[in-house]
Amino acid sequence: MSKFPSVAEATQAAEVKKSYGNFIGGKFVPSVKGQTFTNPTPITGKPLCEVQRSTAEDIEKALDAAHAAAPGWGSTPVAERANVLNKIADRLEANLERFATLETLDNGKPIRETRAADLPLAIDHFRYFAGAIRAQEGGLSEIDATTVAYHFHEPLGVVGQIIPWNFPLLMATWKLAPAIAAGNAVVLKPAEQTPLSILVFMEVMADLLPPGVVNVVNGFGTEAGKPLASSPRVRKVAFTGETTTGRLILQYASENLIPVTLELGGKSPNVFFEDVMQKDDDFFDKALEGFAMFALNQGEVCTCPSRALVQESIYERFMERAVKRTESIKMGHPLDPSTMMGAQASNDQLEKILSYLDIGKKEGATVRTGGSRAVMEGELKEGFYVKPTIFEGTNRMRVFQEEIFGPVVSVTRFKDEADALRIANDTLYGLGAGVWSRDGNVAYRMGRGIQAGRVWTNCYHLYPAHAAFGGYKQSGIGRENHKMMLDHYQQTKNLLVSYSPKALGFF
Amino acid sequence: MLERIAATPAAVELIEELRAENGPLLFHQSGGCCDGSSPMCYPAREFRVGQRDVLLGQVAGTPVYIGAQQFELWEHTHLTLDVVPGRGGGFSLEAPKGVRFLTRSRVFTDEEYARLKQEPALHRGPPE
Repeated sequence: MSKFPSVAEATQAAEVKKSYGNFIGGKFVPSVKGQTFTNPTPITGKPLCEVQRSTAEDIEKALDAAHAAAPGWGSTPVAERANVLNKIADRLEANLERFATLETLDNGKPIRETRAADLPLAIDHFRYFAGAIRAQEGGLSEIDATTVAYHFHEPLGVVGQIIPWNFPLLMATWKLAPAIAAGNAVVLKPAEQTPLSILVFMEVMADLLPPGVVNVVNGFGTEAGKPLASSPRVRKVAFTGETTTGRLILQYASENLIPVTLELGGKSPNVFFEDVMQKDDDFFDKALEGFAMFALNQGEVCTCPSRALVQESIYERFMERAVKRTESIKMGHPLDPSTMMGAQASNDQLEKILSYLDIGKKEGATVRTGGSRAVMEGELKEGFYVKPTIFEGTNRMRVFQEEIFGPVVSVTRFKDEADALRIANDTLYGLGAGVWSRDGNVAYRMGRGIQAGRVWTNCYHLYPAHAAFGGYKQSGIGRENHKMMLDHYQQTKNLLVSYSPKALGFF
Repeated sequence: MLERIAATPAAVELIEELRAENGPLLFHQSGGCCDGSSPMCYPAREFRVGQRDVLLGQVAGTPVYIGAQQFELWEHTHLTLDVVPGRGGGFSLEAPKGVRFLTRSRVFTDEEYARLKQEPALHRGPPE
């Protein structure tokens, strides 16, 4: 058995404080009303720290700080801004082990993933946008011999960002890095389920950024998220979450006439063509791992491959191997480096997943493996654990159509390519998809045919910076994780200049 | 009309408590990631009900809506609002209380479903 720390030991090692203030104007401050709430760790369900339960007054203070900082930061040379982003990346890298532990404590995900994915990706993301902003060019268009249109990028000013709880640091980074690279000041509200790692991040990098460029206000959506999203003092709102809140945020934005980027989830199909089983080789092994990717991050990923479509000619043989692969997933203590699947992020998340296991069975889907809560021992007893679950059924069942946000995959079969494409696109969403085939032509046609923003082809769940990420259909608006995200945080200034001394001749 | 939406006693109690604090309420069933696939509870005038949103019914005097496309996928199931200990959930009003509304479901029987198909279409759009 591998050696790993208890939650108490890890909490101490990661230097978690008893209580954190909001981070406003470069300082930690208590909320105006002095209220706090307890942040539990889903590993044990026990308290981890106290954070501020903020209200509109705190959002206003953060907006004051951001507005004070925005003009200076926006006019800071890009080389300097890029340097700051690189230093932030270095600082994160130097503290990788601490942040990996914090993220695991806060979210419940296995430390194997925070070490190998969440943190390295966040670090690289800051470096990517440091490079992207340095390399960004404006434009000039020669209209005629004496008229030139110059196009400049300018920051929007102050923007609001609302962060989800599934990858707290990484999702904050996806939004923060392009925003501050582009010269904006930010007021950011972390998810109330996972406020800790972002607060420690602020603590660790406070000396690198001018005060007020990044402000973090904790609290509940209804008390702190709403005043931020509806404020006339932000020039843009970025949100990752679900569709009803997405609509509410668009509604507020319509009142203020500001742009919004939304990432609202999906029900991603993972399509396996018969030729994956042509040989029992590395490629087939990779495809099986691709199937099991529904369990990554306990299924709490917007692009979770939560629908698997398997060609009928290989269905039984494929499923036999896929079930076996799924059953070899090691659940356990999230701080154990050999654990592959940890805790769901909160109790209500656990309850929601269990309610879907229930309706799946009631609708007649067959459970091939899992199908229930996982009862764990020792300090995990009160934590939130679900067995990786495979349902078999048909695509119109609710477990095939709704994002469960848990380690649950619903599998169905298809006849041919046309059938696969029809089923893949029979969904309200279009965020991610996977296509597995040894035939490049089939994979290409499917990839182009699936209405989703990201089609992983012979891979899944890779999130490198420089590959655009965002949704079709009800999955949202905008593209993150790519330099094109800079456009979502910039104005275009056009100077239309005449170099002719002659009047136009109209008057 | 056959009932499509119900609420547990705990949910009714919470709705009444929230109404006493916030005035009239409405629910909108969410979809998508994170806190999605859960019911969101707002002050009635906070959320703009869309022209095509479907009114599933009332619980404890509170209308419950769902998006039109989502309704097509849910219409064969009866829903019950429940409440569980929880944290967060978009801008839903109950979150600061450390509880969360949850939608539980059952499939309508064949007999119920046949009856539903005979009934007039559900109201769509904002309350009249």
